[in-house]
Amino acid sequence: MIKNFKPAIAAAAVSLAMLSQMAVAAEEQFFPLIDYRVGPYGSNGQAFYGGFIDYLNYVNLKEKGVNGVQMTYEECETEYNNAKGVECYERLKSKAAKSAGPLHTMSTGISYALIDKSAQDKLPLAMMGYGRTDAVDGSVFPYAFPLVTTYQMQASAIIKFLKDKNGGSLAGKKIVYLYHDSAYGKEAIIAMNAEAGLNKFTVVQIPVAHPGNEQGAQWLKIRQERPDYVVFWGWGVMNQTALKAAKKVGFPRDKMIGSWWTGSEEDVVPAGDAATGYMAATWNVAGKHVPVIADIEKVVYGAGKGNMEDKAKIGTILYNRGVSAAVLSVEAIRKGQEKFGKGKALNGEQTRWALENLNITDARLKAIGATDLLPEIKTSCDNHEGSGKVKIQQWDGAKWVPVSGWIEGNKALIHPLFQASAKQYAKEKGITPRDCSKEK
Amino acid sequence: MLYREAGQFKTTYAADQQIFPIRQDRIGVIALLVVAFIGVPLFASEYWFSAILIPFLIFALAALGLNVLTGYAGQLSLGSAAFMAVGAYAAYNFQLRIEGIPILVSFICAGLTAAGVGILFGLPSLRIKGFYLAVATLAAQFFIVWCLTKFPWLSNNSSSGVISTQRLIIFGHELTTPVEKYLLVLSIVVVMALAAKNMVRSATGRAWMAVRDMDVAASVIGIKLMQTKLLAFAVSSFYCGVAGALYAFCYLGSVEPDGFSLEMSFKILFMIIIGGVGSIMGSFLGAAFILLLPIFLDIALPFFAELFGLPFSSATVSHIQITVFGALIMFFLIVEPHGLARLWQIAKEKLRLWPFPH
Repeated sequence: MIKNFKPAIAAAAVSLAMLSQMAVAAEEQFFPLIDYRVGPYGSNGQAFYGGFIDYLNYVNLKEKGVNGVQMTYEECETEYNNAKGVECYERLKSKAAKSAGPLHTMSTGISYALIDKSAQDKLPLAMMGYGRTDAVDGSVFPYAFPLVTTYQMQASAIIKFLKDKNGGSLAGKKIVYLYHDSAYGKEAIIAMNAEAGLNKFTVVQIPVAHPGNEQGAQWLKIRQERPDYVVFWGWGVMNQTALKAAKKVGFPRDKMIGSWWTGSEEDVVPAGDAATGYMAATWNVAGKHVPVIADIEKVVYGAGKGNMEDKAKIGTILYNRGVSAAVLSVEAIRKGQEKFGKGKALNGEQTRWALENLNITDARLKAIGATDLLPEIKTSCDNHEGSGKVKIQQWDGAKWVPVSGWIEGNKALIHPLFQASAKQYAKEKGITPRDCSKEK
Repeated sequence: MLYREAGQFKTTYAADQQIFPIRQDRIGVIALLVVAFIGVPLFASEYWFSAILIPFLIFALAALGLNVLTGYAGQLSLGSAAFMAVGAYAAYNFQLRIEGIPILVSFICAGLTAAGVGILFGLPSLRIKGFYLAVATLAAQFFIVWCLTKFPWLSNNSSSGVISTQRLIIFGHELTTPVEKYLLVLSIVVVMALAAKNMVRSATGRAWMAVRDMDVAASVIGIKLMQTKLLAFAVSSFYCGVAGALYAFCYLGSVEPDGFSLEMSFKILFMIIIGGVGSIMGSFLGAAFILLLPIFLDIALPFFAELFGLPFSSATVSHIQITVFGALIMFFLIVEPHGLARLWQIAKEKLRLWPFPH
């Protein structure tokens, strides 16, 4: 009996050995996804992370991964809660020890909590359009990347847009800064004040307490102030309430410009026709006309591997933002492989290097079908932002329409603010900043 | 059998009055402490320290604080998270503004600051009771968070209102690893839990319980209501304040006022309701239940889903987790309305009689 079994055992052993070899051969690039799909902002998270995962799968299906390295991921639900975010981070950390793409938390609070930890564990933290903005100064924050652009640069770009609209000068104008009274809303105040000093306009700050579903007092004040423009930093339910309130007091919506967290379909559709004409900044465009979005729908959803349960959300602002985040992450992996070996997965340290040496030109964006989806990006040790450009888009009652090209904020004015703040942080924490001139 | 106390005679008052009069309890507690101080650091992984043990201990401390106020002194409070916020921001500011202040001293000062604020918001308790008082403490919850957002001085003019805590240096040694932070938190929690246990066994504790059970009667037998109630608020806020400082310094590393939300206050309240109102041990059991069960479900559910081949997405898992968690809370409250600590007490009594129940 035993004799008969022997060949079978041998065959099994051989095939097992082959299997394990294959497992070694197929390299995998792991993305720890500290995400949220339930909780107060769950629907935002679904669109963003759906787009992110769809693009990873798209890369796997379309070109068999990056130089043969498959993109893999694991999700952990945070419900937009800081403590849960830390728990998720610690849980995914050990899995990310060997190979790690950038972390995207989509939460300023969680990003703040992870800044020190991720630097200690050598895992790169991407904060695209949120987070600790002075991390632009990479000499103090080697592992944190507020990629594309920051709140302060966005505020500056909005002012520039308004300036161009007014024939190059805002002198004597009055601008109301209506903001969500939280870390997020307050970040841009410093930039607004700096711009006001430079361009000789006055800023009136009006805070709205969370959640902001009652803004009668604020809009009464706005009516009294009679501003030329309202720059608007809202979040969640506050956005539609503001639009409705603006209509009620008769403030023209086309003189309201919002940040990129006020400019998604979820923000304007519930406001109905009160939203028509309203403008918002964005660092990625909406729509399925972007070739890569259309192709994702064809390739990924065609293969039945789509992540979005609600397919109608494909092509929305937040979905496209998720795709943009994934495009940058995957491009970083590509860049890293050029240096550390093609066909090999990158660890956190290597991904960090890649994120710091990104150079995504329009030509490259065109090659991957992301023409005009997001601006060109070139990062370096002393500029972890890499772009600082936004587009202004306008809601025409049915869809977002870009009404400007890519506008860059006033870097000479804003970046020194980041450096000063980063310097203070370094002093508090006893960090010795890197010498960026020595980084390659 | 194991739990029989036959043959344990007390020959002194001291022996009769000690915290754990039964020898098995003493051995059990010592064994638990040995495991916590020596065994756990030897075997636990970094994940366990940073994501499970440290938050568990910190929330247990906060729950302990609330239990002193609600469980022992009978004053319902919904402001625990706000007092934690006071502690966190106070510790940060003491570190920032007083050159060379030792971190432990600033934790104590943070606790005292929180105690001061607690007394202030405890004043209404002299006139109002029960649900009305809960609403008054709700004011603390909103006022303190508003105050921390409103005055930039409190967050050292940080543009976002978020504070990033300073380094933890104790006797010239910087605590950086999770194990070191865990040991610091554990030491503080053990000392403070011991203090609380003794406090509730003392005249102060008995006065609290008298006020809880019937304040008119308490005042008739000579207990000063104002002092007793305000002391309960002060002690409770002190515990919450220290917990808040630890939450900022040893757990998250950076906090914002909005993080100390009403939701967190409720969470701490649920901890003592589930764990056991008026029980030191209940605070720990409740914190463990509320904090650890969701994490356990979060890890276990995908595993079972895979085992049975169910197509669960991560969103579905979260929804199921919340449902199961809610169902378990209801189950425990129906089975034992007095909390997990009471379950333990019943078990203990049964064990003492075992195997001859009567």
